[in-house]
Amino acid sequence: MLQTNLCKIRLKNPTILASGILGVTKESVNRIGRAGAGAVTLKSLCHEERQGDANPTMFGYDGVFLNAVGLPGQGIDSAIKDFGRLDNLSVPVIGSIYGYRIGQFGEVAGKMASLNPVMIEVDISCPHLDYGKPYYADATLTAEVTRVVKKNSGKIPVSIKLSPNVYDIKEIAHAAEKAGADAITAINTATGMVIDIDARKPVLNNKIGGISGPALKPIAVRCVYEIYETVKIPIIGTGGVTYGKDALEMVMAGATAVGIGTGVYYRGIEIFKRVCDEMAVWMKKNKVKNLEEIRGIAHK
Amino acid sequence: MTHHETCKTDIPKMLEISDVVQEGKGQKSFFFRHSIDCKPGQFMMVWIPEIDEKPMAVSYWSKKEFAFTSQAIGRWTNALDKFKKGDKLGIRGPYGNSFSIKNNACVVAGGVGFSSVSTLIDVLKNPLIICGARTKEHLIYLKRYKNKNLIITTDDGSYGRKGFATDMLEAVLNQNKKIKAVYTCGPEIMMIKAFEICPRYKVELEASLERYMACGFGICGKCMINDRICCIDGPIFNSKQLSQMSEFGKFARLKSGRKVTIKEYHERH
Repeated sequence: MLQTNLCKIRLKNPTILASGILGVTKESVNRIGRAGAGAVTLKSLCHEERQGDANPTMFGYDGVFLNAVGLPGQGIDSAIKDFGRLDNLSVPVIGSIYGYRIGQFGEVAGKMASLNPVMIEVDISCPHLDYGKPYYADATLTAEVTRVVKKNSGKIPVSIKLSPNVYDIKEIAHAAEKAGADAITAINTATGMVIDIDARKPVLNNKIGGISGPALKPIAVRCVYEIYETVKIPIIGTGGVTYGKDALEMVMAGATAVGIGTGVYYRGIEIFKRVCDEMAVWMKKNKVKNLEEIRGIAHK
Repeated sequence: MTHHETCKTDIPKMLEISDVVQEGKGQKSFFFRHSIDCKPGQFMMVWIPEIDEKPMAVSYWSKKEFAFTSQAIGRWTNALDKFKKGDKLGIRGPYGNSFSIKNNACVVAGGVGFSSVSTLIDVLKNPLIICGARTKEHLIYLKRYKNKNLIITTDDGSYGRKGFATDMLEAVLNQNKKIKAVYTCGPEIMMIKAFEICPRYKVELEASLERYMACGFGICGKCMINDRICCIDGPIFNSKQLSQMSEFGKFARLKSGRKVTIKEYHERH
């Protein structure tokens, strides 16, 4: 009922662990797989080791979650030694990559491809680092990164992860598709800030961070809806998915698969099984046999 | 449909320090007159604005107040050392699992690891406490536990008996067959020795482990020990769990997520 075909990758269900949550080690990937996720996205890796920001790097309250972790990661070379390969784990694995410069996206993509993930996701939208103009905000830069990553990824499909912090996300999605992207992951976090009035300071060490959790969901649904009207490639709808009804909403907006990240904070790693069960209950009650029947139905 | 799960809150709350107690040279306990729901062995995340946020074990707990105990050794703990009564720190938690409560217990503490087992000691019925430290200067809670069954060891013999706490544990288990449970917190090299000793005397062990933590609520993935998430599955693990954790006593992950030996981890954190 929930079986999903994403770029010819067969997933037992449409839930995918989003990048940045728990996907740091092989054993955590296996554990998320055993917990029922359809696929797991690794925490983003670049060409070098990064320690990231000082804490607090994340916190949550009232359905809002903020983070600015400063892209910590062991680096792709260390990850190659740590993981060995990605095609022998309990679940299909998506490798998330980024670089500082366009050439580095290609270099890291090539190394990631050597681990044999089912897909490479490209983080062009992380709003936490200031490398001049962010790649996500410019259609030409997005297209350039897409082309470089495609060139270095062989037959492995590539998904470009977009940011909502742009004037027109349709334009960016269109540029990625035209440059050869096989899928779009939408969306990354929206930028925000929380100030503690007693400390009289922003709580995040980086001051500005990314909003996720339920507060992000309407923005994500809007973005998926707009992108679905613009491109033909599949969309991994990500942002605030916490319950089965949220995942169904994403599918109705046009998503092929559904990313779950901050949801793990609210419901633990059992969230994947619970979201799938909740989707199945609704589908049975409403006599929907498969997700194909309702994909993009909100547009009709 | 009610969605109470999304009401979850984990954001630092600025709390005033109600008292600072000097526990030893460089070791201080910071008290807060604030009620928290806390079980023995749990920890809080403590934020020093503009510096960093770190996990700290709850070392004193009553219905009206709680405290944590810190040793000034690094950038964060040295910054904390300057905080006085009336100053504020950002607090969230408590986090983590807790010790099971078993009687006829022996508690083995090493250095400032004593602070992670002290709320346990406060609820156990007449436990035997073995407290080890490098020197006399590194000892804490001597006054607090003066009426308890307390054996002190120091590596250099400057106080109590000369030697390691785990050697004392072995001697105690050899003599006292009534002991049914051992609890420990201290340097991992000490805890792994306790882990090796306990099965020889058919005694259950629970150890409180330490790893680099960012969130404290099980999503950042930095504190993984094999497939266990130290901050929510732990920090307390029993003998059976420890026996399945091949990284225990050997490896830990840096802030970046890179796996290194415990020795390198301690040098860099």
